[in-house]
Amino acid sequence: MTTADYERNMILSNVDYKVLGTRPVRHDGADKVTGRAIYGADFDASGLLHGKILRSPHAHAKIVSIDTSKAEALEGVKAVATAADFPQTDDKKWVRDNILASDKVLYAGHAIAGVAAANPHVAEEALALIEVKYEVLKPVLTTQEAMADGAPILHEGLTTQELGEDSGVVSNTADHFQHVKGDVTKGFEDADVIVEREYNTAMVHQGYIEPHNGTALWNADGRLHVWCSTQGSFVVRDSLAELLDIPVSRIRVTPTEIGGGFGGKIPIYVEPVAAILSKKTGTPVKIVMSRKDTFEGSGPTPGSNIKIKLGAKSDGTITAAHAWMAMEAGGYPGSPVGAAAQCVFAAYDIENGLIDGYDVVVNKPKTAPYRAPGAPNAAFGMEQAMNELAIKLNMDPIDLRLKNVAVEGTRRIDGPTFRRIGAKEVLEAMKDHPHYQTAKAAGHGRGVSIGFWFNIGFDSACNIAVNSDGSINLTEGSTDIGGSRTSIAMHAAEVLGIPVEDVRPSVVDTDTIGFTAVTGGSRTTFATGWAAYEAAQDVKKQSIERAGSIWDVDPDSLQMEDGVISSKTDSELKMTFKELASQMSDTGGGITGRASVNPKGVGGSFAGNMVDVSVDDETGKVTIERFTCVQDVGKAIHPSYVEGQMQGGSVQGIGWALNEEYFMNDQGNMANSSLLDYRMPTSLDLPMIDTVIVEVANPGHPFGVRGVGEANIVPPTPAIANAVSDATGNIMTQLPLTPGAVLDSGK
Amino acid sequence: MPGKTHVQTTINGEKVDFLCEPRQSLLECLRDVIGLTGTKEGCNDGNCGACTINMDGRVVTSCLVLGVEAEGANIETIEGVADGSNLHPLQLAFLENAALQCGICTPGFIVSSKALLEQNPDPTEHEIRFWLANNLCRCTGYDKIVRAVQDAAKKMQEA
Repeated sequence: MTTADYERNMILSNVDYKVLGTRPVRHDGADKVTGRAIYGADFDASGLLHGKILRSPHAHAKIVSIDTSKAEALEGVKAVATAADFPQTDDKKWVRDNILASDKVLYAGHAIAGVAAANPHVAEEALALIEVKYEVLKPVLTTQEAMADGAPILHEGLTTQELGEDSGVVSNTADHFQHVKGDVTKGFEDADVIVEREYNTAMVHQGYIEPHNGTALWNADGRLHVWCSTQGSFVVRDSLAELLDIPVSRIRVTPTEIGGGFGGKIPIYVEPVAAILSKKTGTPVKIVMSRKDTFEGSGPTPGSNIKIKLGAKSDGTITAAHAWMAMEAGGYPGSPVGAAAQCVFAAYDIENGLIDGYDVVVNKPKTAPYRAPGAPNAAFGMEQAMNELAIKLNMDPIDLRLKNVAVEGTRRIDGPTFRRIGAKEVLEAMKDHPHYQTAKAAGHGRGVSIGFWFNIGFDSACNIAVNSDGSINLTEGSTDIGGSRTSIAMHAAEVLGIPVEDVRPSVVDTDTIGFTAVTGGSRTTFATGWAAYEAAQDVKKQSIERAGSIWDVDPDSLQMEDGVISSKTDSELKMTFKELASQMSDTGGGITGRASVNPKGVGGSFAGNMVDVSVDDETGKVTIERFTCVQDVGKAIHPSYVEGQMQGGSVQGIGWALNEEYFMNDQGNMANSSLLDYRMPTSLDLPMIDTVIVEVANPGHPFGVRGVGEANIVPPTPAIANAVSDATGNIMTQLPLTPGAVLDSGK
Repeated sequence: MPGKTHVQTTINGEKVDFLCEPRQSLLECLRDVIGLTGTKEGCNDGNCGACTINMDGRVVTSCLVLGVEAEGANIETIEGVADGSNLHPLQLAFLENAALQCGICTPGFIVSSKALLEQNPDPTEHEIRFWLANNLCRCTGYDKIVRAVQDAAKKMQEA
């Protein structure tokens, strides 16, 4: 069978809805194809000043002095900000120092000062006039270097948290934690076969096309208004309140349209600097990062050093598993190694397991979330080890995974017991797929893998106002990065039985909606969608009550289905939602629905890949010949955007596998901080990305939604490594699989 | 501060005059001087394609053109692609095929794709991928973008 002979994007579903599962044009579509949508850098205000940030050329140095006098004297410069301008509260020093360094720089690109000027060119000229004296120190650039005896110490005040207790030992290891289940020693003794290997992955960037930006106006009334591209307007508000030591009630954050984030636009960078500069000048200040700033001064995801050991019986049953994972936190503690520990063995039911995690500071940018943070690093090791195990056991790699697959009731090594999950269904869909059923082409390698992300819940709010024509205005606070306005609007349309075109969704500012957590953790459609579901239920209930009062009957005798309110007993009583809406004003006033939720029924998502590659014998260049992503999404609200998430995550994973890395020299300077040299996949590098949407309903959501954004980036790196191993006969122990690395793997 | 140069151009069919410093890129002039912010900045060094415009019939990254070089030029930006309130078939195809997620790269992709279809009304998948390799998208994995261009090409040929 060729790829043309089957449906390239399949949906394995068994539940039908009226609105959910359809593919309407997104509500913000016209604005985005005509250039009218306003992103952060497009924002303008009268009297706007432009800011720029001075950054450290050194990866590790003490700041001896900062002299800004010459910069301040330059014509056109309106203000200069340094760390000394922050309120010097006792806590939050590290958070503050990552915005503007006070006494030490921890990575090349670390921000030191901000300048506001009449235009960006003058601001840039002023940066060159700021005199900073450094005492340069030796940098540590990998976890191995940072954890070695006698390593240069990044933070004299940092002592290792050892298994939950402060060890008192000053070190670059901020934290060592462990998860234990069963008896690992005995599990390995019981094994017939053992595989054990060490893997290394490089630091990579989310690579959103829109650089970080923010405009701040510290108004004469003492109120701060910020417009920026962020994944969470309330995170920006609350972070600013902490850093600037002012109440949240004085800060309003308006999220503009956002040009990609993938987790990297959860933390704040330029917003507090713009705020300080605006306070000093009394005018709005806009700061937009350059691409180099975005690479060197934002938050990539860590490189890592991972050791995996697996033991299994000859029938394939895993008897024990040990993961040892050290991840680069960057200049300050807080790598995603904890999340990696939740995911590394999650696809499998393993009786005896041990997970060691190490959070290690190094002289690289402070890491930030990136799509399923930590999980792809962990999977790169674990899913290659599974491949090696399958080869040793002479088993089909999908059969080996099915033999050990986690199901409802399986307890993970890190503690939680799974509710209904779709790992088994994903593996079965892979096995049944034409891709797997068709032999690979001669000379190609094939690899498979599976990956997990747990997804999150947290707070979301939604308001709905009914218009007199029966349409509704829906307001919510989740930044829309990939079509979520529409998927959220579809929840409300389904409940009310109205067309999704009759819903007008808006993402509003922090003064205008209840607290809503970040667009991240694959939570937006799950949690804000749920808020829209509840707000629509509120409208539905009030509509039925209103009809009851119009007809003078008990509302309990009424029902509302497909946008029609009717009596369960009297067939004469019938009215459309539109008719009711037209009478609202005369029958008691407008109807508004509202909801705030913090759902606990989060359903994790599994994604699997099948990939065929060819490897050029002479150059080592890997070409992706065929790629299929299978994911359990619970319920695909808008299948096109679900497929888009699966394809986008897959391709980010392909970039991570083949090309992308922070290429640092031995002084810790990034040598490839442009989009030419930091080589993200182009259209020419790729085939079509086939998808299979598996719908195993999440029992913790009214429509079964799991959240779809992240699990799909987890399996690509090991699937591709397994495919390259299949083609070359060599095991791939490091990322990226550059041509050189692939050639060297045979040596 | 350097003096400013008077530049006369045609943008989206209208005569436009503007003043710019010699060091200002055409991208900066379009966005900050003229106020056409539909053209986006992703890298400012010609590598991402978000600032793609059509200048005298050529697809260029406007961050690599100086504002003063636009003297006498005929420029088309994303704001000039639709015919009034009627979207171009490519714009419709991008929407119907869900070929955008965050949308920041979309103006560049549409301007670039439009030039492709003007030269080659029936491109193969490979020709589309080759032509669009100068435009980076980080959200979609390109699959739905390629399909949108194929869809628009088909509809434009049928029309």
